[in-house]
Amino acid sequence: MEELARGFVQAFNLIFSFEPALYEIIWLSLRVTGLALAISVIVGVPIGAALGLSRLRLRGLITALLYTGMGLPPVVVGLFVYLFLSRSGPLGGLGWLFTPSAMVVAQVIIAFPLVAGLTMTTVQGIDPALRLQVRSLGATPWQEIWAVLREARIGVIAAIVAAFGGIISEVGAVMLVGGNIEGKTRVLTTAIVLNTRTGSFDLALALGVILLSLAFLANVAMLQLQRRAGD
Amino acid sequence: MDAVYQLSDLRKEYGARTILDIAALEIHAGEIFALVGPSGAGKSTLLRLLNFLEPPSSGRIVYRAQTLNGNVPIETRRQVTTVFQRPVLLRATVRANVAYGLALRGERADRRVDEMLERVGLQSLAHAFAHKLSGGEMQRVALARALVIDPQVLLLDEPTANLDPYNVGLIEQIVREHNRARGTTVVLITHNVFQAKRLANRVGLMLGGRLVEVQATPAFFDAPRDPRTAAFVRGEMVY
Ligand SMILES: Nc1ncnc2c1ncn2[C@@H]1O[C@H](COP(=O)(O)OP(=O)(O)OP(=O)(O)O)[C@@H](O)[C@H]1O
Ligand SMILES: [Mg+2]
Repeated sequence: MEELARGFVQAFNLIFSFEPALYEIIWLSLRVTGLALAISVIVGVPIGAALGLSRLRLRGLITALLYTGMGLPPVVVGLFVYLFLSRSGPLGGLGWLFTPSAMVVAQVIIAFPLVAGLTMTTVQGIDPALRLQVRSLGATPWQEIWAVLREARIGVIAAIVAAFGGIISEVGAVMLVGGNIEGKTRVLTTAIVLNTRTGSFDLALALGVILLSLAFLANVAMLQLQRRAGD
Repeated sequence: MDAVYQLSDLRKEYGARTILDIAALEIHAGEIFALVGPSGAGKSTLLRLLNFLEPPSSGRIVYRAQTLNGNVPIETRRQVTTVFQRPVLLRATVRANVAYGLALRGERADRRVDEMLERVGLQSLAHAFAHKLSGGEMQRVALARALVIDPQVLLLDEPTANLDPYNVGLIEQIVREHNRARGTTVVLITHNVFQAKRLANRVGLMLGGRLVEVQATPAFFDAPRDPRTAAFVRGEMVY
């Protein structure tokens, strides 16, 4: 317990030491996760919505794939991305291995199934009578889809929250494909691992507290959005 | 008299079941037409076809001299609206729900919305969340939402089911007034023959997807041609 309290104090001191290395780590964490989340949302929400609205025969198979994707162990994702991006891999020419780009790719692969899968589930849960009702009130097909998405917005926000939580705290994949290189690919989670391993528990704990605070703030912001959505 | 709808040989099938089989029916401009019949007769199905929400399996719907099969242009679709048996409100305020049809048409939620809220007695609930209302309040929101777009045709699917007598009277009065003031054509499904008698100019009885009898209201009740109509009006079970 005392350690935890010390961690908080240390975290506080660290943040206000304005140590550039620390801010670099925080900033990279936010950039990588923010970009990965944005890509997953831009691609995943429309795909999830389309799957939720359609009556494709293939949907069963796609659903099974997405649900599997939602439970993928991040290290396995990291391993595959590593193999693809390594010099002898099919995408080795990009030169992305051990760069933030590789970390973004890995996080997109982790976050996308969460966003698309949970969006699909909540869209499917919308009362089918709603679509008839809005059509009857004069909605065009696009307005009808928009209405369904608006009704599902609380669930869509929850999907985004789940995906954010999944990747901001993820360590296995970013460690493998980023390499935890100081000043280049070191993020909060990999820095925590490193400092724990080298016995700098105070620093590790302080970084952990910062990570938790970031996740907490992000979730509060999204909850605020959800509340404004009417529940 | 001008016909808003002319239906001929209209059939609707779901799988192998024929749910609707109407040889001929005309709905006149500006009338209140009541559709009565037991549960499962196909009344709601007919309303979905009249609102162009589903295409018929075969037969013809002529709407204001346009034969409409397959794709119905949005401008035509927007002349007709339904208040469904079970109101489906959007996750939004009462006012936003009532303004929704106007928003779809790119129109502003202006005085018309507030006047309509007042008309259905919901002005004090304008900023309440719609899904927290009582059943009767939801029905009134659904009616206000349909009336505010001033449709040519208003389709009402048991708009007063499960309501107390006060709300029933209120809704009947609003429908009657709107029909008189705006010349709106109304097709009203009701289980309550007395409501049909109070509101309608003409009444049709549906049984097993077919129209058994269509008559002007006084004749429907006082001089029915079909024995099944006579029995239905007396409140007996008919099949
Ligand atoms: N989409 C559908 N697919 C299959 N069957 C349907 C569908 N919609 C309606 N039916 C069937 O059509 C029949 C008529 O239904 P409909 O809802 O039109 O009856 P109704 O006269 O409105 O009854 P109620 O008074 O109980 O509302 C019912 O047997 C119903 O099960
Ligand atoms: Mg019905």
